[in-house]
Amino acid sequence: MISIRDVSTVFTTAGQTFTAVDAVSLEIPRGSIQGIIGFSGAGKSTLLRNINLLERPTSGSVVVDGTDLTALGDEDLRRERHQIGMIFQHFNLLNNRTALQNVELSLKFAGVGKKDRRRRAQEALDIVDLADKASSYPGRLSGGQKQRVAIARALATEPKVLLCDEPTSAVDPRTTASVLQYLSDINAQLGITTVIVTHEMNVIKAVADNVAVMEDGALVEQFDLADLSRPGFSPATQIGRYLISDDITLERRPRVQQKEATLV
Amino acid sequence: MSNVSVAGALPANGATAFDLNRVAELLPEIAVALGQTFAMLLVAIPLAVLAGTPLGIWLYSMSPVGLKPRPKLHRVVDALVNTMRSFPFLILLIAIIPITRFIVGTTIGTAAVIVPLTINAIPYFARFVEQNLTQLGGGVVEAARAMGATRGQIVRDVLLVEAKPALIGSITIMTVSFISYSAMAGLVGGGGIGDFAIRYGYYRYETGVMFLAIILMIVLVQSVQIGGTRLARRFDKRR
Ligand SMILES: Nc1ncnc2c1ncn2[C@@H]1O[C@H](COP(=O)(O)OP(=O)(O)OP(=O)(O)O)[C@@H](O)[C@H]1O
Ligand SMILES: [Mg+2]
Repeated sequence: MISIRDVSTVFTTAGQTFTAVDAVSLEIPRGSIQGIIGFSGAGKSTLLRNINLLERPTSGSVVVDGTDLTALGDEDLRRERHQIGMIFQHFNLLNNRTALQNVELSLKFAGVGKKDRRRRAQEALDIVDLADKASSYPGRLSGGQKQRVAIARALATEPKVLLCDEPTSAVDPRTTASVLQYLSDINAQLGITTVIVTHEMNVIKAVADNVAVMEDGALVEQFDLADLSRPGFSPATQIGRYLISDDITLERRPRVQQKEATLV
Repeated sequence: MSNVSVAGALPANGATAFDLNRVAELLPEIAVALGQTFAMLLVAIPLAVLAGTPLGIWLYSMSPVGLKPRPKLHRVVDALVNTMRSFPFLILLIAIIPITRFIVGTTIGTAAVIVPLTINAIPYFARFVEQNLTQLGGGVVEAARAMGATRGQIVRDVLLVEAKPALIGSITIMTVSFISYSAMAGLVGGGGIGDFAIRYGYYRYETGVMFLAIILMIVLVQSVQIGGTRLARRFDKRR
């Protein structure tokens, strides 16, 4: 469904060049949930933004559902984006529009007429169980509810692909579970190919079918989630092993003995 | 030891600070002056909003962080806007007399003041628009681009909607400063309440009348500010 072929993204700032995505190739099967994990600055967001060309790759190509997006002009690309939903860590909802109006916006941009817009936006809010919040402004919604509105906004145009950039990094663990449940249900029921970027292994373990590990812009390893439960399986790279162990290990040094006098 | 007091500034005819007869006598003139101030504001501010908004959107869009960066062209227009804004209002008023004559056919009176006021207000408001749009941050623009919005849709359906409360606040600030700018209208016979205060207070030493005019200006500024703040709050749904 999504083919990322030898994609590199090089940023030039003040004469300095920086390779944020380094020759990444990745095949994401139709209807699957692909996790992309890595530490901060690994290039995960840049790679995700390469898929809908919010960030045009410096080289390589991106093919979504048979269309080479990197070969399209601005206008054709804009139209293709109606088929690719996206959600963000900080939701990126419009504060001065209600939940329903926020959802309607993606339909408006996709060229859906006014009457259909209202109905389809309501249906999309219904999928994320927020029909009762249709007329609430985002300022009155919790983080989890905002992300659900954002999911409804992305879904309303019935996209083939859903891109998620740290969708649960700004909400608490219980809300994380609820948001992931919706993403998983949507994937199962609507068959939307989903890509989730995260730095949290428990998110990957909960929803992903496949996982790609990134480090310093490069894709260093890929495995199926099913592999994790196979006895004796261990990621090949050190970073992969570190990520799946998801506990924090510190080097705890012995406490310095306090002098009695300082306590008086 | 000279004791400069309000009483010391009173004219020989004995008008006291609150001589009601004198006030009653001048009431028609005060009404005319207020009318002139309203005329200046009601024409100049809407024109400035109408012309300054597209200019501000343009400045934002073409800036290096905008929707369609054109850094070189942006620098040129940016410098032009700064130049326009550098002119002290009094000098602008006189410098553009030929333009004023061309547009309204006269160089004196209220109509003649509206031209420099508007010309001064356009780049002023454009800066407000540019700043308000820039301050929104990239999140909503990024989301709109991901949804496949055109640049026009991003401006109309996203940026202007989100910036509306801030823009109302900017219009309020601009209106308040123009109430005092319009006082300089007297120089070209434009009238207005500020000019009235200067004529009676400064040239004729009728301090009481001047105070009355100033109180009217304070009331005007307060109402504009309170009204503007309320309106901005009504449109602001962040909380
Ligand atoms: N527009 C840009 N210009 C210059 N450098 C950039 C730009 N965008 C990203 N980078 C750099 O590219 C690198 C990768 O950034 P990216 O946001 O893709 O990382 P990430 O893996 O998503 O990290 P995080 O987990 O913190 O979100 C970072 O070092 C970042 O500073
Ligand atoms: Mg990121």
